[in-house]
Amino acid sequence: MISAFFIFNQKGEVLISRLFRQDLKRSISDVFRIQVISNPDVRSPIITLGSTSFFHVRINNVYVVGVTKCNASAALVFEFLYRFITISRSYFSKLDEESVKNNFVLIYELLDEIIDFGFPQNSEIDTLKMYITTESIKSEMAVREDSSKITIQATGATSWRRSDVKYRKNEAFVDVIETVNLLMSKEGAVLRADVDGQILMRAYLSGTPECKFGLNDKLVLQKRGNEATKSDDAVELDDCQFHQCVRLGKFDSDRSISFIPPDGEFELMRYRSTSNINLPFRLQTHVTEPSKSRVEYTIHLRANFDPKLNANNVLLRIPTPLNTTGVQAKVGVGKAKYVPGENVIVWKIPRLQGAQECTLTAEADLAATTHRQAWSRPPIQVDFSVVMFTASGLLVRFLKVFEKSGYQSVKWVRYLSKANGSYQIRVS
Amino acid sequence: MAMAPPRKGENYELRQQLNSEYRDKRADAIKRVIANHTIGKDCSGLFPDVVKNMQTDDLEQKKLVYLYLMNYAKTQPELVILAVNTFVKDTADPNPLVRALAIRTMSVLRAEKILDYLASPLSRCLKDENPYVRKTAALCVAKVFDLKPELCVEYGFVETLRDLIGDGNPMVVANAVAALADIYEASLALPTTPPASPGRSSTPPPSSKPNPELFIIDPPTLTKLLVALNECSEWGRIAILNTLARYRAVDEKESEHICERVMPQFQHVNAAVVLGAVKVIMIHMKAVTREDLIKSLTRKMAPPLVTLISSPPEVQWVALRNINLLLQKRPDILANEMRVFFCKYNDPPYVKVEKLDIMVRLASEKNVDTLLGELKEYASEVDVDFVRKAVRAVGQVAIKIDEAAERCVGVLMDLIETRVSYVVQEAVIVIKDIFRKYPHSYEGIIPTLCSNLEELDEPEAKASLIWIIGEYAEKIENADELLGTFLESFKEESYPVQLQTLTAIVKLFLKKPDESQTIVQKVLQAATKDCDSADVRDRAYIYWRLLSSDPAAAKSVVLAVRPPISLPQTTVAPAILEELLAEVSSLASVYHKPAATFIGKGRLGAEEMQRRALEPEEENAREKALQTVVAGQQAENLLDFDADDDQPQSSSSGIDGSQSLSMLGNGGISSTTISNVAKSTNPLDELMDLFSTASMAAPATMPVAPVSTVSGIQGLQDDRSDAFAGLTGLSSPPQGLGSGVTSPVQGQSQQKAGGGGAQDDLLGLF
Repeated sequence: MISAFFIFNQKGEVLISRLFRQDLKRSISDVFRIQVISNPDVRSPIITLGSTSFFHVRINNVYVVGVTKCNASAALVFEFLYRFITISRSYFSKLDEESVKNNFVLIYELLDEIIDFGFPQNSEIDTLKMYITTESIKSEMAVREDSSKITIQATGATSWRRSDVKYRKNEAFVDVIETVNLLMSKEGAVLRADVDGQILMRAYLSGTPECKFGLNDKLVLQKRGNEATKSDDAVELDDCQFHQCVRLGKFDSDRSISFIPPDGEFELMRYRSTSNINLPFRLQTHVTEPSKSRVEYTIHLRANFDPKLNANNVLLRIPTPLNTTGVQAKVGVGKAKYVPGENVIVWKIPRLQGAQECTLTAEADLAATTHRQAWSRPPIQVDFSVVMFTASGLLVRFLKVFEKSGYQSVKWVRYLSKANGSYQIRVS
Repeated sequence: MAMAPPRKGENYELRQQLNSEYRDKRADAIKRVIANHTIGKDCSGLFPDVVKNMQTDDLEQKKLVYLYLMNYAKTQPELVILAVNTFVKDTADPNPLVRALAIRTMSVLRAEKILDYLASPLSRCLKDENPYVRKTAALCVAKVFDLKPELCVEYGFVETLRDLIGDGNPMVVANAVAALADIYEASLALPTTPPASPGRSSTPPPSSKPNPELFIIDPPTLTKLLVALNECSEWGRIAILNTLARYRAVDEKESEHICERVMPQFQHVNAAVVLGAVKVIMIHMKAVTREDLIKSLTRKMAPPLVTLISSPPEVQWVALRNINLLLQKRPDILANEMRVFFCKYNDPPYVKVEKLDIMVRLASEKNVDTLLGELKEYASEVDVDFVRKAVRAVGQVAIKIDEAAERCVGVLMDLIETRVSYVVQEAVIVIKDIFRKYPHSYEGIIPTLCSNLEELDEPEAKASLIWIIGEYAEKIENADELLGTFLESFKEESYPVQLQTLTAIVKLFLKKPDESQTIVQKVLQAATKDCDSADVRDRAYIYWRLLSSDPAAAKSVVLAVRPPISLPQTTVAPAILEELLAEVSSLASVYHKPAATFIGKGRLGAEEMQRRALEPEEENAREKALQTVVAGQQAENLLDFDADDDQPQSSSSGIDGSQSLSMLGNGGISSTTISNVAKSTNPLDELMDLFSTASMAAPATMPVAPVSTVSGIQGLQDDRSDAFAGLTGLSSPPQGLGSGVTSPVQGQSQQKAGGGGAQDDLLGLF
């Protein structure tokens, strides 16, 4: 159980404070300010002082904090804090000091609904938006009329869906989004390559549709054993997780994904795959230190996918030593710039075609230092997004929609592979 | 309050606005009041003006007024009554949202007067036709119980809650379960007999304790819970899983059933649900004997645990700490998954350190090469703390996997090449442990180590290197020279370094008596005359006497063979591990400590002991835990005792018995023993007697830490590592010297073994 919830700014001023239980006083917020915010040595996200435990998540320029006095579930508290952040984002796009100050009434209202006496309650964004409204979505009369419906939905077995949804055109959009994680050693050996996938769905379907969803997966919860029955185009998923609308029992028994979708956008499932990952980019690096005052870079980038496809917003972050004074960089494609604040050369390529290759050569000048510690050479990071490409090879086989009225529906599928700080190549 | 309020200032303005005839103005004013309250300004003076705005059709405004009331009702108990009417009216509003809001708010106002009006609306709301109102009311019972338990018992709210478990709506079930669990914990903290109330002698005083049977889950309820588990919201699932964890299955079949039904929850997105399911399964799996089921359970547990590693860092950390625990119980579940624990450059430090620990746990012959490559990479990062841990991990791998030891030493030598001060120091410390495990295997690297002598400035690293020099004194040509440099700065060194210097030089002398006569004289002089640590001084005296009276005995004491060290499987005692595994995902499992140790006071803490006493099963666990603690202490006692070997020695070398006796007294031997000893005519015999009986009899009867003459003072400080350092030097090398390899528990048992050996030697002497 969570006893109190706070939002602090960076100076430690309280922006939001809400106590749920009697066992704490408001002044407990001072303890957090003194012990955590003004203490640079704090390295753990949970601090227990006396018998009070503070859980904090730092986001933009605010701290979101849950406080408890019992042996609470740590995973629950953090999940709740992150859920709060997601909800806030969907209400006012960004969670920072300014938006918190501008929306404090709304935040109190939301808190009132999503947590009661320290127990998290309904946190489905779609349902919340039905009766907690902002200036932009003012529909108070409507709310009063259908409040009994709202409450049924907020608590019902399909709390995520209204029963009276109607669309003229029934459509469903499926987005398969894969985040590629790569860790490549200096020698070019793949230390770790896996994919965290997400299947997002936007369902604009009337009535209470029953959906069945199929992938080209071969779920291998038992990795060894049936190695022999491997077919070529099947993708091995190591694990998957589903939105609460998916019948887990059914999945457990016959591996079929069936559900009644929420209306609008939601995350249908997440999955993880570790075998046969197609790495969209190959990098050859050559970094030398010919003298104490200079580092030379040659970075060769190759797009390793079908020439018909394109990668967008490719961004390489190439670290330089801390004592770099200036960098001269030459690139064939895109733009390269030295960012002194972060000690990196940023190489931006807005658009890169499959099978295309390009090279960066750069020289960094170093200031003389007395400090003789070898430069630790952080890894190069590649960010990108490639449309219509899945690193795992996953494909959507089918999406079937059944509804009483028997309407026809149109389905769309998109694929995207991307990396955002997770694609790292160590420098030799 | 009786004073007329001031006619200016912000509060005055707000008051004007709150009483304005325009609705917008009033609504605005309420918002400002809440804003002021949030930043800590006292707004209690506006109470009556705010309450006036309670009667409104605007739901948002109503919510704000309610929020204000929640915060200030306690400060204005006599004015709260103004709001009661509206509250009661709202609980019967046609709009279910308003009904729920009213009952939710009313039950948290901490005012006695309100509570009296609460009973009938609450019983009505508990039976409301709308599930939203029912689920809100269910939690209200827990709130009321927190404020006034008698009320709940009197009106039978707890029974009603119990009935709600059978409700058709899963959310209501979940909240009822959560409320019941909350009330159960709170009720344990209540006194068993209600305080006597003299006024009402005719009727028995109302009990504030609900019938404990209400909290027992019977098989029919279990079925309902298992059904609701698949239907309710993620948070509801967590509440139900917690209750399932408390349930005691009647037979194996039922345990199997629970495991099978809970297993699908592994696929949930919410990490807390996944960990909750792991908890339930770890608990109920104990009763399962069917091999194939156990196998499939552990196999299915692995992928979701790995997936948790891609969560946000804080959740990841909680998961990592729990995985660390699970691996201690079932080391094989993630055997092939080491790669996912590789640290990313941008992981937060707390995550990295945890990953490192898990990687060492998962290290095996198969993956050791990749692991060493990683560790070497980490050792070149910037974060000093992390780098040190990475170096330490190399040593742990060397000790864990015999076949890889050579490669580990290679990596360590490469790291020493870097000449980065903290890397070198840490490497030296780690190599000391490797020498402990594989004596005489890697003597070739000693010259390289010695060449880094000047780089070392930390006591632990210095002490480690000195130990190595002492240990291999016969093989190092210029050992006397090297030790001589430390002797020169003897006075400035810290105590651990002094102790090691002393022991190492004595070792050198025993190995090469001809060349080091002078140096040993010098060190004994320095340690006895110029040192202000009693520990160093005492050890020097003992050595001195040993050397002067019986060099052969000195040899067998100082150069005794040490027990081998190994990497412990667990970092917590087995009984505590079991307790923690039943708490997976909780704070206790994150800290690897039982909850009672950090919650202390509060509604659970102080009464914790009592609670345990009430529950026979938990009592058992507690007892076991206590036993391990006692066992630990005994081991420690034994250790301390082992240092007592010297007493006979010192006595025999001519110290008079009474002196050593008085020292013993200081050390804390119980008075009976002392008098026993005192009575005897021959103190030496008696000591021998005491020694042998005590070490043979159950150590439980032993007095608190019969600290030796040597480590007496340090032992009293109750600092284990100090005590270790104090006594190990006598018969064994610096085992306790911060060797990250041996955990306390393990260390103790080794010491015990070591003690036994040394003791045999000594007894042989007599």
